[in-house]
Amino acid sequence: MALDITIKQENQVLTVYLKGELDHHAVSKIKDAIDLQILKTPAKKLVLDMSGVTFMDSSGIGLIVGRYNRIRSLGGSMTIKNPSQTLLKILKMSGIDQLMKIN
Amino acid sequence: MQPINRMKIEFDSKSTNEAFARVVVAAFAAQLDPTLEDLADLKTAVSEAVTNAIIHGYEQKPGTIYMECILYSNSIKVIIEDHGVGMDDIDKARTPAFTTKPELERSGMGFSVMESFMDSLYIESKKGKGTRVTMTKKFFRD
Repeated sequence: MALDITIKQENQVLTVYLKGELDHHAVSKIKDAIDLQILKTPAKKLVLDMSGVTFMDSSGIGLIVGRYNRIRSLGGSMTIKNPSQTLLKILKMSGIDQLMKIN
Repeated sequence: MQPINRMKIEFDSKSTNEAFARVVVAAFAAQLDPTLEDLADLKTAVSEAVTNAIIHGYEQKPGTIYMECILYSNSIKVIIEDHGVGMDDIDKARTPAFTTKPELERSGMGFSVMESFMDSLYIESKKGKGTRVTMTKKFFRD
């Protein structure tokens, strides 16, 4: 049930690829890794690629909003890519689609 | 309505058990042949309730979570209980985006998700005694 994380930076775009199940257990382990990269790089755009995420509960919402606030405080923006229909349901329910682009 | 099957387990309030709990409930519910969407909803709601017990009920300290599932011909009732700190204002806790733990980046959407993904949600809680969440999901097969 582990969550794998891969982070790639290209120009000013930081892309985080997540693979596995995104719950409170997983979030507590990856949050700091993403924040560290945001602070270390000059990226102005954070992309969260969720094509590999097979499960997400509201802990994932907390992770997304937290990273959104962080990149915004540095003058950047955030996008979510490739969520499944199941994930899209919880993203829309929590109003994330009003905060950032989902494609 | 007569139950057709039931199960009861207890486990430590450790975050690794969030996945364990939702997988166990999904496996138990699978005998009713629910749709994948219904199963995903059920797993999400169970994960929310167990996470609440760990973070808010036991405040991430050691404790025991009690989970009971009762199957009916076309629905499941899930009861998740902790003997943690409890709440004195359930209505406030049910308010979307309300959280007592913003420092942990909790979204405050746990009860809203349970409400939205299940067909009924009933919360009982007593300060200093613990919390019990009872929720039901009806299955509509393809």
